[in-house]
Amino acid sequence: MRSGNPRLRQVAAAAQYAGLGVLAVGTTFPFVWLFATSLRSTGTVVSFPPVLIPHPPTLANYAGVWATMPLARFFANTVYITGVGILLTVVVSAMAGYPLARMRFPGRDVIFYAIVGSLMLPQHVGLILNFVTLMRLHMVDTYAAVYLPSAASVFGIFLLRQAYLTIPAEIEDAARIDGAGEFRLWGQIMLPLVAPALATLAIIEFSGYWNSFLWPLIVLKSPEKFPLAVGLLYLSGLFAYNTRYIAAGAVLMTLPTIAVFLALQRYFLRGITIGAVK
Amino acid sequence: MTAYLFLLPALVLLATFTFYPVIFGTALSLFEYNVISPPRFVGAANFRQMVADRYFWIALGNSVKYLAVVPVLQGCAILLALWVHRSARGIGWLRAAYYLPVVTSIVVVGIVWRWLYDDAGLINFVLLRLGLARGPIHWLASPGVALYAVMFVTLWKGLGYYMAIYLVGLEAIPPGYAEAAAIDGAGALQRLWRVTLPLLRPSILLAATLPATYTMFYYMFDQAFGALHMGYAAALGVVLAVVTIGLSIASFRLLREGGLSYY
Repeated sequence: MRSGNPRLRQVAAAAQYAGLGVLAVGTTFPFVWLFATSLRSTGTVVSFPPVLIPHPPTLANYAGVWATMPLARFFANTVYITGVGILLTVVVSAMAGYPLARMRFPGRDVIFYAIVGSLMLPQHVGLILNFVTLMRLHMVDTYAAVYLPSAASVFGIFLLRQAYLTIPAEIEDAARIDGAGEFRLWGQIMLPLVAPALATLAIIEFSGYWNSFLWPLIVLKSPEKFPLAVGLLYLSGLFAYNTRYIAAGAVLMTLPTIAVFLALQRYFLRGITIGAVK
Repeated sequence: MTAYLFLLPALVLLATFTFYPVIFGTALSLFEYNVISPPRFVGAANFRQMVADRYFWIALGNSVKYLAVVPVLQGCAILLALWVHRSARGIGWLRAAYYLPVVTSIVVVGIVWRWLYDDAGLINFVLLRLGLARGPIHWLASPGVALYAVMFVTLWKGLGYYMAIYLVGLEAIPPGYAEAAAIDGAGALQRLWRVTLPLLRPSILLAATLPATYTMFYYMFDQAFGALHMGYAAALGVVLAVVTIGLSIASFRLLREGGLSYY
């Protein structure tokens, strides 16, 4: 695009790449360091000089943390809460987005603006009352208390509504001529067409539920119901002196999210795209 | 009729866990309530108590100072988005690297950065080795430094997210605009300032409405679930909401007034 000395341009491009590379090291380095620490056989994470390549590397910390903490239990809890949470959010959004996009009925616009407008409400105040509500429903210290309050996602409903809007009217008309009822039309024609949006929502909700921490900490009382994030916090208080154990626990907690993100990163970015369309 | 059936689950959940708690939570700010005995109406007493509460002012002050991270974060994210908005080998991996902190649990982030900031941690080690510090800096213990140290972690964790938002915004801008400006003799900086940034404004508006006021937030949580002062916590939440919404509106107006007006 620009004219100029080609040699100079090469140098500039190389410098830019170097800058981007340094930044990438900055964002990923803490993970590398955490991993290295989890493989060390002696010492603590705060040692002079810092150890980046443990010799010899060992898996003893993983075995140790697995033996001392009910990590398998925490892991199962997290998988359960995340799985049910995602499923509920996707189903609720897939249902609610449909009439908002493709049906005419009294109150549609009011309902839509009320849903979207709820983002402007003081949500933090709501959290206090949610605890009281769950207490009255005798649901404190249940898994449902963790995922139910976030099961209806405004973002999800909006995302699915946008997806339904893009389906051409001809497809709907053809299905109606073939005699499909409203529920069959939705289940057999519309849902498969918004599958990419459903996948995007599921993936975005994955990291939300998997990493959720403050709310489970408030509504869960018994340690055997803790998800990993809360368990890890507990662990870091319990083993403050054994940073290698904590590092191993942190790696175990982080690996699934990194794996899901790297495998499906296209969907992550697309989710933000759709969310950004005003 | 079917339409309402489709909407029913979402509306029941939203009514129970979003609308009801926000409306009654706001009302609760006028009551004294400790969960055990029934709520007692106290009028504006919670707000009067707040004015006299030293910790409220500290938390509010820190929240407002902390908000300084928002423009810094946005600026860095825009620059980064402009930088990675190209098709080059490995650019996808670089973007993924910047996004990694976004998907990481805040608990893990907290653990790692507490170690990095430790007196004997890596950051102090490097600074001492390079002779940039005479003794270890107490990153998280000294009041003057701690807030900035935490702000840096916010920057580190949020950069990738906002980069992605701006990247999407950049991809929506037809390349013809910048080319036309270049033909008209606009330099690179002028093209950025007068063409690209104004066109990015919808994305900036989107990002600027999400300010983080954690210090107030945690004080509220502590009052609600630590001390069981539910009414007082609700009052804190109301003030927090007013501050947040007020600052969002201010940033909206600021962005709308500075620059072009075709939005």
